[in-house]
Amino acid sequence: MNTVERLVHMANQIAKNLETDDDPVGAVAYHIQQFWDPRMKKLIREHGHEGLSPIASAALGKLDERHNAA
Amino acid sequence: MTYQPQKDFGTPASRSAEAVTLTIDGRTVTVPAGSSVMRAAAEQGTSIPKLCATDNVKSFGSCRLCLVEIDGRKGTPASCTTPVEPGMVVHTQTPHLAKLRKGVMELYISDHPLDCLTCAANGDCELQDQAGAVGLRDVRYDVQETHLGQEKDHSNPYFDFDPSKCIACSRCIRACDEVQGTLALTMEGRGWDSKISAGFASEDFFGSECVSCGACVQACPTATLIEKKVVEVGTPERSVVTTCAYCGVGCTFRAEMRGEQLVRMVPWKDGKANRGHSCVKGRFAWGYAQHQERILKPMIRASINDPWREVEWDEAFAYTASELKRISDKYGRHALGGITSSRCTNEETFLVQKLVRAGFGNNNVDTCARVCHSPTGYGLKTTFGTSAGTQDFDSVEDSDVILIIGANPTDGHPVFASRMKRRLRGQDGRPGAKLIVIDPRRTDIVRSPHIEAQHHLPLRPGTNVAVLTAMAHVIVTEGLADEAFIKERCDWDEYNHWAEFVSLPRNSPESLQPVTLVDAEELRAAARLYATGGNGAIYYGLGVTEHSQGSSTVMAIANLAMATGNIGRRGVGVNPLRGQNNVQGACDMGSFPHELSGYRHISDGDARRLFEADWGVPLDPEPGLRIPNMLDAAVDGVFKALYCQGEDILQSDPNTAHVSAGLAAMECVIVHDLFLNETANYAHIFLPGSTFLEKNGTFTNAERRIQPVRKVMTPMNGLEDWEVTQRLAQAMGLDWNYSHPSEIMDEIARLTPTFAGVSFAKLDEEGSLQWPVNEAAPNGSPIMHIDGFVRGKGKFVVTDYVPTDEKTGPRFPLLLTTGRILSQYNVGAQTRRTENIAWHTEDLLEIHPVDAEDRGIKSGDWVKLASRAGETTLRATVTDRVAPGVVYTTFHHAVTQANVVTTDYSDWATNCPEYKVTAVQISASNGPTDWQEEYEALSERSRRIATEVPAE
Repeated sequence: MNTVERLVHMANQIAKNLETDDDPVGAVAYHIQQFWDPRMKKLIREHGHEGLSPIASAALGKLDERHNAA
Repeated sequence: MTYQPQKDFGTPASRSAEAVTLTIDGRTVTVPAGSSVMRAAAEQGTSIPKLCATDNVKSFGSCRLCLVEIDGRKGTPASCTTPVEPGMVVHTQTPHLAKLRKGVMELYISDHPLDCLTCAANGDCELQDQAGAVGLRDVRYDVQETHLGQEKDHSNPYFDFDPSKCIACSRCIRACDEVQGTLALTMEGRGWDSKISAGFASEDFFGSECVSCGACVQACPTATLIEKKVVEVGTPERSVVTTCAYCGVGCTFRAEMRGEQLVRMVPWKDGKANRGHSCVKGRFAWGYAQHQERILKPMIRASINDPWREVEWDEAFAYTASELKRISDKYGRHALGGITSSRCTNEETFLVQKLVRAGFGNNNVDTCARVCHSPTGYGLKTTFGTSAGTQDFDSVEDSDVILIIGANPTDGHPVFASRMKRRLRGQDGRPGAKLIVIDPRRTDIVRSPHIEAQHHLPLRPGTNVAVLTAMAHVIVTEGLADEAFIKERCDWDEYNHWAEFVSLPRNSPESLQPVTLVDAEELRAAARLYATGGNGAIYYGLGVTEHSQGSSTVMAIANLAMATGNIGRRGVGVNPLRGQNNVQGACDMGSFPHELSGYRHISDGDARRLFEADWGVPLDPEPGLRIPNMLDAAVDGVFKALYCQGEDILQSDPNTAHVSAGLAAMECVIVHDLFLNETANYAHIFLPGSTFLEKNGTFTNAERRIQPVRKVMTPMNGLEDWEVTQRLAQAMGLDWNYSHPSEIMDEIARLTPTFAGVSFAKLDEEGSLQWPVNEAAPNGSPIMHIDGFVRGKGKFVVTDYVPTDEKTGPRFPLLLTTGRILSQYNVGAQTRRTENIAWHTEDLLEIHPVDAEDRGIKSGDWVKLASRAGETTLRATVTDRVAPGVVYTTFHHAVTQANVVTTDYSDWATNCPEYKVTAVQISASNGPTDWQEEYEALSERSRRIATEVPAE
């Protein structure tokens, strides 16, 4: 798998493991914010939401909002 | 300092708090109740002659040399077996005693070769010393029949056994029984025929159960069991206490030297991690330090297809700095990164991450803990508030139930395993602790002499979370949770949320049995035992972390410990067994790309400003790349330069083809190591490293114990590793001027609250310190979370079982799990260059008889091991240690490259690779795979070193 495919896989994996959290979308967004380097965040933002689970997709939306607000 | 063996008090110390005062030879002495008269005498400086007593093992009372007279008592009792009593008056030297002792010694010497002058132990022999001590001047017996002239056993690579010199004191047998716990030795025959034997009469030491830990050699009072190196070199003349550079147990040793030559490593009895014990690696396998394949000069080359060119250090640093600058200018500062090593010291590791953050200008620094215990960092920080084990090793002495999950301590952490086994066997009438083992393999500790696990749960690889959730289900639904503890110490709402989740019927052992393959009743019994059996301690290893749910499993373990109140006192806790010597330290030192030393996130402005003020440079607030992300970025063409200290990612990291593609895509790979390792095949700059014997610094072991590493010889390459990093930093224009690693530790202490009270002077004073060391705990913290968790309230985290994406199917029907073996260490770069190779010459594939028969495979056959990632060949061994459907191998040999087969699936939270679950197929093989052949050719080509052509 290429880097973007791997990032999509990772985001979905994070989402799957955090789906029992009180705020799964917030938890996924926070996790990516805390542990991914800027290029990884940029690549997945540029990739869009294709292939992402609903939670991962919503989390990415949240990261987009933060990025655009910054 | 002239050589002195470490003082031997004759019998072990008593741990009683009650004091007893007695008089020995007219002087009063106060010792703990339960001490022997011999020990009391030794503590006041009186040396009672002895042969069969040594303070590592219980008293035996067989040699009759340590006799004393006690006022009011008849006869001459043995001082080693006589406990002290209040008011006791003891005489150790009287004419009667002298006569008795001389008589005893005369008998010993009458059957001992009188070759002292040519004996290897001359000057370091207790029999010789005692003959002198009792004033033996001649032997009156004309002995016709002796034990002399027997054949020596040279079979062990590290020590010889000469039965002719044996005095049958049994110290070796008792050391093997009590200290090591292998019970390999026995006294064969009776009376005159008594003879030490390593098992059956036909067996030599090498062919026996002996694990070569060296305890018997250390215990032997004569030259009967003696290190081959002493025979070869002679006895040592000085000693320096230092810390072993192998596993995370962190044994301390006396490096015993002649000049700059290491004669032997003898475990230091005052070492708080090992308490005077050792394993075959630390005790004997240090020959790699002087191995002929060590690279001692820096080398550079423009392309990996070129041969290496040796250069002087100045040229190497200038070239390296210019390459890094060129790449930074051309591709941007994010194209650079570094990897710190868990084999290097805290100080060296700190400098590498500092170089990356302050010199490269990014946070692209990671450490090999990425591929082992990064989930421990995430999981324990989330639940408890800090990334470390909760106990010291001594704590196991107070455990009632020991739960081992995903760890094989007898192979991976042998010295701690011996301490654990001692507790499992029970001692002095105290029953042994109960044992639960959760592991797909029947590891040695499941059943070994005098030890049998109450419960072995041989789970299907990849189902740790399901098993632990099922255990939690039993504990909660059967009312076994310690609610008083939880209410006081943990977040009660989070606990209720978690308890509700684990109580769901779908999480019962019965519901999960089809997934875990663990018998539900057995699992229920194990859960009940852990919850109700007294002090419950969990020990875990890479079988927990190296999974797609590694972090979840760590949190599930923490949940179990909190739910049962097994945190915050001796005998309990959550204990990660760290793989390499300084995994804990490398993590503590800020080696992860998202955090500074002391586990403070790089986005934490206050923490970052502290470093910025100290270092005088701004720091990037964004996390950097982790190792697998670096490799992805390299393949994408945006990551171009890597400084890799003391790590061999090509052999140790998963999916070798991907690692090699990443390395091959870089323009500047700098390998800083002892040997031309596999990663160096792709390197452009090689900076020779120094061994742990050649440098000063500290290692931090699995119990958070910071211990000194002391230089005992000059670095063969000319520089200690921290000096190499400093010179590179200086070449890049950084104003670094450390003159000693103690100054680096001072900086660490200045910038890291948990290390605030650490200094080299304090370490010299205390021997070792367990962090946190601060105002509240100036002498360190053996047990953590005593009155409260570091994060405040303990956090229960719901950990739902998520199956791995690595699936078995018709093409790959078996599950491969990987691990290691006692005699080898990590990628084998060190141990393969020692005599340890005698025990493990190749990686073998363990396969169950049913799976082997299905494929027509016998033990010793060459087989092809294939996965979706790649394939390799190795030989099979058929065994029921693995369950049907599971195969196992080690990754110690570059020729096998087990990681060609492992995939790049990883832990969801940390990217720690899923080494423990790979779907594979096994088939008969008729030769090496294409990869193996191509790689061998590459290695041969890449390791060429240009030879200077002499001028005409």
